[in-house]
Amino acid sequence: MRSTLRFLPLLLALSTAASVAYGKNLVVCTEASPEGFDMVQYTTAVTADAASQTIFNRLVGFKPGTTEPVPELAESWDISADGLTYTFHLRRGVKFQSTDYFNPSRDFNADDVLFTFQRQLDPTHPWHASSKVGYPYFESMGFRELLEAVEKRDDHTVVFTLSRPEAPFLVDLAMAFTSIYSAEYADQLLKAGHPEQLNSKPIGTGPFILSRYTKDSQVRFKANPTYFLGKPPSDGLVFAITTDSNVRLQKLRANECQVALYPRPEDVPRLKADSNLKVAEIAAMVTAYVAINTSKPYLSDPRVREAINLAFDKGAYVDALYGHDNALAGIAPYPPTLLGFNPQLKNPPRDLAKARDLLKQAGVPEGTVFTLFTRNGGGVTNPNPLLGAQMLQADLAAIGIKLQIRVMEWAEMLKRAKSGEHDLVSAGWAGDNGDPDNFLTPMLSCEAAKNGENYARWCNPRFQALIDQARAKTEPAARAALYEQALALFAQDLPWLSRAHPKLFTVIRTNVEGYTISPLTYNNFATTRAE
Amino acid sequence: MFTFIARRLGLLIPTFFGITLLTFSLIRLIPGDPVEVMMGERRVDPEMHAQALERLGLNKPLYEQYLNYIGDLAQGNLGESLRTRESVWHEFLTLFPATLELSLAALLFAGTLGLLAGVIAALKRGSLFDHGVMGISLAGYSMPIFWWGLLLIMFFSVWLGWTPVSGRIDLLYDIEPVTGFMLIDTLLSDEEGAFLDAVRHLILPAIVLGTIPLAVIARMTRSAMLEVLREDYVRTARAKGLSPTRVIFVHGLRNALIPVLTVFGLQVGALLAGAVLTETIFSWPGIGKWLIESIGARDYPVVQNGILLIACLVILVNFVVDILYGLANPRIRHQR
Repeated sequence: MRSTLRFLPLLLALSTAASVAYGKNLVVCTEASPEGFDMVQYTTAVTADAASQTIFNRLVGFKPGTTEPVPELAESWDISADGLTYTFHLRRGVKFQSTDYFNPSRDFNADDVLFTFQRQLDPTHPWHASSKVGYPYFESMGFRELLEAVEKRDDHTVVFTLSRPEAPFLVDLAMAFTSIYSAEYADQLLKAGHPEQLNSKPIGTGPFILSRYTKDSQVRFKANPTYFLGKPPSDGLVFAITTDSNVRLQKLRANECQVALYPRPEDVPRLKADSNLKVAEIAAMVTAYVAINTSKPYLSDPRVREAINLAFDKGAYVDALYGHDNALAGIAPYPPTLLGFNPQLKNPPRDLAKARDLLKQAGVPEGTVFTLFTRNGGGVTNPNPLLGAQMLQADLAAIGIKLQIRVMEWAEMLKRAKSGEHDLVSAGWAGDNGDPDNFLTPMLSCEAAKNGENYARWCNPRFQALIDQARAKTEPAARAALYEQALALFAQDLPWLSRAHPKLFTVIRTNVEGYTISPLTYNNFATTRAE
Repeated sequence: MFTFIARRLGLLIPTFFGITLLTFSLIRLIPGDPVEVMMGERRVDPEMHAQALERLGLNKPLYEQYLNYIGDLAQGNLGESLRTRESVWHEFLTLFPATLELSLAALLFAGTLGLLAGVIAALKRGSLFDHGVMGISLAGYSMPIFWWGLLLIMFFSVWLGWTPVSGRIDLLYDIEPVTGFMLIDTLLSDEEGAFLDAVRHLILPAIVLGTIPLAVIARMTRSAMLEVLREDYVRTARAKGLSPTRVIFVHGLRNALIPVLTVFGLQVGALLAGAVLTETIFSWPGIGKWLIESIGARDYPVVQNGILLIACLVILVNFVVDILYGLANPRIRHQR
């Protein structure tokens, strides 16, 4: 015992550093390393937080905590009557960041907007080949076909000409892949023969300047003193990369970080009870679902899909996977907070007898085997895929269907699901911009059925016509009416078992002010400070 | 001796090519290519997909890709990460010192305590201490690293507040990475208190990573010591009236160390494997996490060359151990 006590002063001396104040730095515990800082090359939320939300700005922004488009680098815009021409009037006096590797000689102007979009759009642009994997978000959002031209009218006016009317275009421009780069800095890098530095030494107009990145350890930023919306209240912003969610919470409790992203939903009640912590929460643009492969025998019959829907206990699923009140039982392909969701749309009560009847009518023999593909691990859309699969298995067993569960690695599952090997596949979707089209076209359109991203392989021409019309209209009420009809068709055909619309959570210490949680999994700390 | 070394070196060449072929094929056997994984559930434009694969050289036949890979290796080019676009060599050099620092600290912890516990247990065979050490080492060997790490964090970091929860240093310090070894870099920096803070951060991860090697070394030392202590020359040393300390450490432990050193060598591979979990729990920016994430992302150059670099390291350690054996035991040198 005496020998143990001898070491006590040493341990205490060592532990004093933990209580040193952090000054005006804000430390955020994040879950992964950013892939890089050349935002247009990447698709992940963690890279968007470390690059687009800190270093860069876009023409359009999202009003904090919402998906409403607001002016950012564009002061205002005009949309032509045919919905094909968008004219953006750019903000004046916006400065690019000054660092030891770049000093801007001019303010932000139309050339920077042109550079940003032409680089991704034009295969002959000198910067186009700088990304070996292309421009994944730009391509997947269909911008190459959508953008007919991007032209400079004068230094402070840019005109976008579209190939078709596209209602979500404004919110698309608030997404990370449209972050505006400095054309002057790009020229400097190209002349110096170091274009690759755009990925490691980024320059933007955003609230923070990158000061150091240590892979898998930390990303350090300092406040941009010339930020056009005012210098951020935190002098420094540090992302402490902490993969495990338990460890993130322990670090938060020990005040080693002041904000912890993505706690597990089941931890939320305990976190709410902790007097040192606050939990920010919001209904997210997320749907967890099971796609039913409508090209498979029996499953092509809507009665069988309805039976599966009627048998599944969504309430129990939500309680077990997310915790009571941490998610809404899934009703439609997108959450009720989005345009065109009809409040009358309700889940029918669980009815095993009716489900059995429907299977009988459809001629499905007792003991029919279906295979469910599900991933290992877990994430925001599906915190415990195996448990969710087992719950569905038990519920389907009650109506005489045997569900075979095949757990596989995420990428393998996607590959197999895209090629249609599954009967059912457990999936999820996190919306990018809060527009209904961002859910319906990528996952339920006929084109997506052809390409495989529509895992249900469901193609309903009437549904397709409705979402096409809604995408082309700019008037919200008219769009809402069309989406209501589309959702009614979905509810009739039931290509999915929509399981849940979960909430998003961020845990912060009580001394943190000015943080607004976003429904889009973006995190912006331009106005956040720890007192 | 020269022939012995030449023979051992000759064996390294097929081993090296075997590893390149294995890593090259295994990562490609897993469904999904890097572009598909990056796009996830989003639409993959077929044209863009084809262009990207062409730019990455992944549209070529496999044998051609392999030959290109070997050609690049011959020129010392390890390629660049498909995910981060950074050079693999640069990423390895950034991350490896963290793993090495942690592994050395774990080995130091395991070696010191393991030898000591093993020797005492052997000397007090059948005593409460002996049973205690053997019981604890069995428990240590069977301990799931993830659970053990979290338990230590809860107790020492959250409850007692003695050690930090995770990371290599408090984020209060902004340490310029010069060598990549935090203990050295903190000494090179002029930040006051940084070195002690780095030591504090190293304690728990080193204990967690060193637990299994500690158990193995303690058990191995005990059994080797028991065997040696029964030898005639030990009895002779005692009969000659040498002090017990001299008998135990010079005549006993020195001879018992040969099998223990073998275990030490084998633990290098085990430590690198265990580092994956420890690095995840303690947010330790090392190569374990890097490789796991790269497999998930189908980052072919990182997986191929990262594993190759680690394998070369293990081969090198084993090569050195082989030579040491040869030096220590001439019979091994003459074996065919």
